[in-house]
Amino acid sequence: MSWETVMGLEVHLQLATQSKIFSGSATTFGAAPNEQADAVDLGMPGMLPVLNEEAVRYAVKFGLGIGARIGERSVFDRKNYFYPDLPKGYQVSQFFAPIVCEGVFEVPLKDGTLFPIRITRAHLEEDAGKSVHDAFSRETGIDLNRAGTPLLEIVTEPDFRSAEQAVAYLKALHSLVTYLGISDGNMAEGSMRCDINISLREKGTDALGIRTEIKNVNSFRFVERAIHSEYERQADILESGGSITQETRLYDAEQNVTRSMRSKEVANDYRYFPEPDLLPIVIDAEYIEAVRATLPELPGAKRARFIADYRLNDYDAALLVPNHALADYFESVVTAGGAAKPAANWILGDLTAALNRNETDITDSPISAAQLAGLIVRIEDGTLSSKLAKQVFDGLWSGKGDADQIIEARGLKQVSDSGALESMVDAVIAENPDQVAQYLAADEAKKKKLSGFFVGQIMKASKGQANPQMVNDLLLKKLNDQS
Amino acid sequence: MTDSALLCGSVTSLRQQLRDRVISSEEITRACLERIEACNGALNAVITVCAEQAIDSARKADKAIARGDVASLTGIPLLHKDIFCTNGVRTTCGSRMLEQFVPAYDATVVTKMQAEGAVMLGKCNMDEFAMGSSNETSFFGAVKNPWDLNCVPGGSSGGSAAALAAGMAPLVTGTDTGGSIRQPASLCGVTGLKPTYGRVSRLGIIAFASSLDQAGPMARTAEDCAIALTAMSGIDAGDSTSADLPVPDFQAGLNHDVQGLRIGLPREYFNDDLDPVVRERVMVALSVLEQAGATLVDIELPHSHYAIATYYVIAPAEASANLARYDGVRFGYRCDEPKDLEDLYLRSRSEGFGEEVQRRILVGTYALSAGFYDAYFNKAQQVRRVITEDFTRAFDHVDMIAGPSAPGVAFQFGAKQQDPVAMYMEDIYTLAVNLAGLPGLSTPAGLINSMPVGLQLIGKPFDEQTILNAAHRLQTDTDWHMGTPQFTTVTS
Amino acid sequence: MSVSSQDVEKVALLARLAISESDLPEVTERFGRVLGLVDELNTIDTETVVPMSNPHDMHQRLRPDAVTRQNDRENLMASAPEQDQGYFLVPKVID
Repeated sequence: MSWETVMGLEVHLQLATQSKIFSGSATTFGAAPNEQADAVDLGMPGMLPVLNEEAVRYAVKFGLGIGARIGERSVFDRKNYFYPDLPKGYQVSQFFAPIVCEGVFEVPLKDGTLFPIRITRAHLEEDAGKSVHDAFSRETGIDLNRAGTPLLEIVTEPDFRSAEQAVAYLKALHSLVTYLGISDGNMAEGSMRCDINISLREKGTDALGIRTEIKNVNSFRFVERAIHSEYERQADILESGGSITQETRLYDAEQNVTRSMRSKEVANDYRYFPEPDLLPIVIDAEYIEAVRATLPELPGAKRARFIADYRLNDYDAALLVPNHALADYFESVVTAGGAAKPAANWILGDLTAALNRNETDITDSPISAAQLAGLIVRIEDGTLSSKLAKQVFDGLWSGKGDADQIIEARGLKQVSDSGALESMVDAVIAENPDQVAQYLAADEAKKKKLSGFFVGQIMKASKGQANPQMVNDLLLKKLNDQS
Repeated sequence: MTDSALLCGSVTSLRQQLRDRVISSEEITRACLERIEACNGALNAVITVCAEQAIDSARKADKAIARGDVASLTGIPLLHKDIFCTNGVRTTCGSRMLEQFVPAYDATVVTKMQAEGAVMLGKCNMDEFAMGSSNETSFFGAVKNPWDLNCVPGGSSGGSAAALAAGMAPLVTGTDTGGSIRQPASLCGVTGLKPTYGRVSRLGIIAFASSLDQAGPMARTAEDCAIALTAMSGIDAGDSTSADLPVPDFQAGLNHDVQGLRIGLPREYFNDDLDPVVRERVMVALSVLEQAGATLVDIELPHSHYAIATYYVIAPAEASANLARYDGVRFGYRCDEPKDLEDLYLRSRSEGFGEEVQRRILVGTYALSAGFYDAYFNKAQQVRRVITEDFTRAFDHVDMIAGPSAPGVAFQFGAKQQDPVAMYMEDIYTLAVNLAGLPGLSTPAGLINSMPVGLQLIGKPFDEQTILNAAHRLQTDTDWHMGTPQFTTVTS
Repeated sequence: MSVSSQDVEKVALLARLAISESDLPEVTERFGRVLGLVDELNTIDTETVVPMSNPHDMHQRLRPDAVTRQNDRENLMASAPEQDQGYFLVPKVID
């Protein structure tokens, strides 16, 4: 039987605020246990939440970034359940009236087409703490530093049909939120965590199958693998006539399988109700317009502009744009005089390779955009051959100055001066009378082959710096003059 | 000056004596501490006494007075209900759950009172987590009513009311979620004010029902309550529900003029269910205001009847979430040797909470659970609006509303303990005020069989001034508020 | 609406309260009485009424995004029932 995968994604995005959503504690990653948890975060008796304005602004930015409707009046609710890393016994979230309502997010696929994903909603909530299971032999340790970190939970409609689409969406989302500056999107540190709702149905049917939810997948690669492995599992069950249990599962990356989470003794009944310690958030048109005015150019627009203005192809644009810093670097190179296409090639080729080798980010690139532009200018004006250009690039990378300084210092200049080349050609002709005679006696086909000898001699004499095209032209002219 | 004169003095008079240097804060404080020492064994009104700390603050107050550096409560001793978190001082909320809990922070009310120079003597007993109307649910034992030791003081701020009535302090704080200031004030013969929801910060007050809880003062006079209200009120950046409104000087705003004041008497409060003796006392008190120029107007609050059902859905629902944090993990009671996480939760909570608290958590959990949310919680929130709109309409015609504070006088211990619903009826005249978020005040209206009874005055939102004024006028023309329990003369 | 002891047990588990076998009948009976009291809500028509969560029609105020709290772990954890190396401890959780 042939199965179609139907998936919806829920992404928990940590917002890059300085302080927590409801308290004045810092949100920095990696502090000693419970040193970044104040009385509010610990859910101490009598403590009350006060909403961080930046969390609200970030949520609105996101909503505007995907063209979603902003809830004029959104409300916080309490989601009630017991867990040791949930200090108050409830999570403050938004259930009935989220801050970001329906929208559509256009995801670029590898083939350059755009794939629209319907966003159901995005709501603000507080993160829980962490349970540490391996530090103690008989106990679990509770660290509440993360408790109260602002999260934006972004929920899609079940619009995904393949792992590739899901990953493309996550990458585009990552790109969007880093452009907006609302999250660092760091998956390894948990800034972006993905839950996958996945079900299978027979191809050609419409009804949705019973779904499972795979929780907390924390890398693009794992998302892809988790989907494949859960697809296999569900397909096996369905094909052997079984039925899927609606449940929450965890992806085990080491074994590459999903596992059922130990089913809770009590079925979830979250008993949502409006959080009485907080009042409705009212967002008016004026506020929305003020936030809109602060939006940067977003990846979709930038991609279109790169293609139109710089004549880049879809492929280059798709590689340059998602990383905001890389796109900025590209534009700086162009602004400093580097031609667009070679700039894209150098950035996506040698520069990216060198950065990857050295595990360096573009923002820490040892070659500045102006320096790379300088290199490209010297290629375009014929000063550097592509071979010499690589040498200059290496010089730039190791901090030997800018392109002209390196060319000067190493004498790497391509010789394009016709006077100098002429005397080199003359000298080689004079030194090799036998070969000249052979050349003159040969037919046209053979002549071409024999001229290679003279070019080689000249390049050798010039230590590779002679402009090969000019050498060729001069040589033919001079040889023909001999007859 | 004799001790008894001292102990029955109002904040207003003590403040004058302090400023005139007739008496020192240390003398008043010591007298209060001695009184607590002498009477608390019988009354059980105070859970924690901070004698050394109090003497220390009193001396500082005396120095400040000597310097002429006087704030509104400088040198005045007070007791806080044990629901207000006090930095470094055990805060139990009347529960085994918090028997050993020492907060690392002060409630905003505590900070403000301290900033005004008040001297904290200690913490008052209360119904567990403020759930009760008789102070019988406290883990630390019932509080006795100083007017009759066989009777309850009311609740949940029963310890505060009893301590005040017994002369342990001239000023006490309480909280009122459904009548917890006004009902004990009525049963103990003192003046108690529940301010408008949002007038006083809730930060640092252990939550019962967040959308209903409000802190307020209890004192001998309406004027004292006015002074204390100004001291404790105001917007707090730490409480999103505190109102961004200026705080008037309520004492300066007091006048004796009730000429033309329109007082609404809800038909539903004065129907056949009201004990005729209570009605008689309340009407006598109101006639005093009438003689002073006020007009009594019959009004209707047609949905009053629904207040109790509405309240007993909303308050337990909010409480069920507010009390989920007591799980034995970060603070509070933890059972011995939990065998696993579930065991830790189940035993810590069922051993740490008393019966009434557990009952309300169950009711609240039920009202919010899948399939019942619409029928109970959402419905109750709708009826809450209907009840509130009754008041809004009534206030189109009257300046304030009056009625009894409680259905009767203090009852005997155990009388209502077997039937939770009978106990809940203690608050039938007070609950609606919390649902609508209005200010309400109870002022003594004389005695029935030697036990005090209270008149309740209800104001428009943020108009505490009008009800304080009316009570002040009543207290100028009568001396019911100066009545002292037999207990005082017997033991001192 | 009448309530069974099974209903009470289910709710008790949600609320993480243990009710002993012997207390269950009385707890159920009293719980039922309270529910009887609130069932009165069914007698009023509120079809068009907007639910009221808070007494006054106020809006949420916002706080500037600033770190105002420094590490106070020692004080805040002073009343923790069980702790080690800065962690609160609970019996081993297997998930």
